[in-house]
Amino acid sequence: MNPSRTFSFLVAALVLAPIAVIFSSFLTPADDVWRHFASTILGELVGNTFILAIAVAAGTTVAGTGLAWLTAVCEFPGRRFFSWALLLPLALPAYVIGFVAIGVLDFTGPLQTALRNLTGSALPWFPPIRSRGGVILVMTLALYPYVYLLARNAFQTQGRRLLEAGRALGLTAPQAFWRVALPMARPWIAAGAMLVVMETIADFGTVAVFNYDTLTSGVYKAWFGLFSITAAAQVASVLILIAFVVLMAEQVTRRRMRFTSTVPQASASRIVLAGANRWMATAACLIVFAVAFAVPALQILVWSAKSGFRDFDMRLVEYLWHSVALGILATIVITTTALLLGYSGRRNPDPLTRFALKLSTVGYAVPGAVLAVGIFVVFAWTDSLVPDAMRSTLGMPTGMLLQGSVVAMLIAYLIRFLAVGYGPVESALHRITRNIDEAAIALGQARLRLLARIHLPMLRAGLATAAILVFVDVMKEMPITLMTRPFGWDTLAVRIFELTSEGDWERAAIPALILALAGVVPVLHLTRASDWSRYP
Amino acid sequence: MRFLNPILLAGCLAITPFAAAFAAAEEVVVYSARIEQLIRPLFDAYTRESGVTVKFVTDREGPLLEKLKAEGANTPADLLLTVDAGNLWQATELELLQPVRSKTLESNVPAHLRDPQGRWFGLTVRARTIVYNKDKVKASDLSTYEALGDSKWKNRLCLRTSKSVYNQSLTAMMIAEHGETRTEQIIGAWVANLAVPVFPNDTKVLEAIAAGQCDVGVTNSYYFGRLLVKHPELPLALFWPNQAGSGVHVNISGAGLTRYAKNPQGAAKLLEWLSGIEAQRIYADANMEYPVNAAVKPDPVVASWGSFKQNPLNVAKAGELQAAAVRLMDRAGYR
Repeated sequence: MNPSRTFSFLVAALVLAPIAVIFSSFLTPADDVWRHFASTILGELVGNTFILAIAVAAGTTVAGTGLAWLTAVCEFPGRRFFSWALLLPLALPAYVIGFVAIGVLDFTGPLQTALRNLTGSALPWFPPIRSRGGVILVMTLALYPYVYLLARNAFQTQGRRLLEAGRALGLTAPQAFWRVALPMARPWIAAGAMLVVMETIADFGTVAVFNYDTLTSGVYKAWFGLFSITAAAQVASVLILIAFVVLMAEQVTRRRMRFTSTVPQASASRIVLAGANRWMATAACLIVFAVAFAVPALQILVWSAKSGFRDFDMRLVEYLWHSVALGILATIVITTTALLLGYSGRRNPDPLTRFALKLSTVGYAVPGAVLAVGIFVVFAWTDSLVPDAMRSTLGMPTGMLLQGSVVAMLIAYLIRFLAVGYGPVESALHRITRNIDEAAIALGQARLRLLARIHLPMLRAGLATAAILVFVDVMKEMPITLMTRPFGWDTLAVRIFELTSEGDWERAAIPALILALAGVVPVLHLTRASDWSRYP
Repeated sequence: MRFLNPILLAGCLAITPFAAAFAAAEEVVVYSARIEQLIRPLFDAYTRESGVTVKFVTDREGPLLEKLKAEGANTPADLLLTVDAGNLWQATELELLQPVRSKTLESNVPAHLRDPQGRWFGLTVRARTIVYNKDKVKASDLSTYEALGDSKWKNRLCLRTSKSVYNQSLTAMMIAEHGETRTEQIIGAWVANLAVPVFPNDTKVLEAIAAGQCDVGVTNSYYFGRLLVKHPELPLALFWPNQAGSGVHVNISGAGLTRYAKNPQGAAKLLEWLSGIEAQRIYADANMEYPVNAAVKPDPVVASWGSFKQNPLNVAKAGELQAAAVRLMDRAGYR
């Protein structure tokens, strides 16, 4: 057993601990709740969940891949701006976009009200935003950046000679995209889509705004409504299983495929779009950017202004500092762990290690509050192991070793967000051929030097992607932050929770906006870093 | 060297909570499902008066109960503060609270708004009542919650989702009064009268009534108050239903002493103070709720809605019957 293999098993065990707590719910029967669900809403919940997951995965894949192709490889007016601006929706939590969409587009919103006043009719033709189509649209707009960022990475690193070879052999530009670039980008696109699927099935906030009931709604109904945390954990277990099956299936279908690029650095000119295509590309980017970010952000700003910025006080600085500090620390921990796991997977291609690696990422598919309870139970149990004698000699307060410490929060974030860091890193490792490793080792390079001198530069874009996603996701996270934060460690997300939980959406606007801005800074910085002049 | 800083930072952060816990002054620790802006003014006032520090952490009700459960005897929490009698009832079911015997509390809090065994006490009252569009409905058209199922309200009713604990409590109280069969018919009739799909919160219900999407709905009184303060021009009015019968359905926010409280005396004192005149006034002003303490008058805006007869049934009943209510609403197709 080499150390890297041991490490991946340890991480899997860490993630598995709270998952085991959740699965242990099956030791207690909750048949009555299941019977009730089966005879009333279960069919609807399952149907809604699958339709939503498939539709959002499809929508984000098409939008994310298409936009990534345009900004990574083509040239059109505004390309430089859109290449980073299209990432900005990442900084807005999906339920915020949902709330704004309903606020603007529903019957009582300004748009329909104005149209009614203008036409004097009740607008029966106006498509209802509070509908299945509405929730699919909003989640697609909120989540496409996951696919976009990863696909862009793929297109940037796949080496233009391959495309040029295809073109030389007589492929048109679209053919080159479908037959060369797209298959070569598959692990990236799949990794992005996986993140979208996991985020979608575990989502509670957005579907609640639309009152669109999924299995996750069932989890909360069992817990808060029927007072059965047991049944809630059982429904959550089903979600974990679904996610795991999808993860494994995706992996099986691309087994034995190779995605390496022997000449990743080869730079070439972009495909310059001509005629109508030029402006259609600009229009497509502009529409997505406007609908997914500019309009919601503006609306939030208007709401803040209307509430007179009355909650704008110095405590926001404290919240921001907590959010950013947690975001940075978690990003370091998670990206490093993801990198180590990625290498472990590269060195140990055996099925057991691969299984352990996939297992390490299922935390992202668990409804947040349920995972928070699972993690908290593990912490509380660990703390109860601390002998009383040790407590009294150290003068420690009872039950406060892990509980309510920032270290515990970081462990919890690691369990939750490992998938987000691991996906981009794993994809990036696909690009590095083993020939490089072998050549370097043959030349007498130690493994660490190999990593530092050859791999790290090639992994830079992948690591940057992982870091952006983790940072923004951690700052947006609510249930785990609420449950594990030490006294006084309120963050922007906690503040948003407190204001929105009483329906004070307008007052939540300021922390939401600051959160978005804090997310924008690393997005800007890191997209620049990952863009470093490969395509001038 | 650049990597050193985050590591040092992590170390310092990890130590922070310990350092804070060593502070010597008396303190009471509160787990609160009531949000920060509603409770901080109260606790600040208490600290000014008594010198006792109040430390608190907020979260949703369900996670807070699980947190208390997982911590067991190790919990740092002395007091659990939450909204809805159902949650307080559930806390007693999980044996997370302990009784307090206090003449002050018993005289300040009416009997139907506290646990008969003293494990929790209501601190504010919210009425779940009927709101209508003044331009389209006359008050004389309205009578009871039950009558909102009449066919004359077809396509005129707006409701919030059944996932709201306020609707679950209302339904539970109807079960207590009418039994399940009759209640299921009433809820089914409500659903059949809906003008549009149910809304995620009370404010949206009010806006829909004001915009003419529907004519009548059921919401908590303070959401009505908040919206009207901002938009006094809206054509909305409150109606107190069931005045000839069982009375308006009320719910509470309340608090109880945790079973493993480290400072039970301090926590009980804080609880008594929260039911007293000064705290009740702060509380009532902060959120347009009704004080539980009869000696304190509600906010003038709230008082302007007139007085009404409350349902005198103990609010704990709502907790006891909540799961039954949720199932019933699922069966009736109330989403």
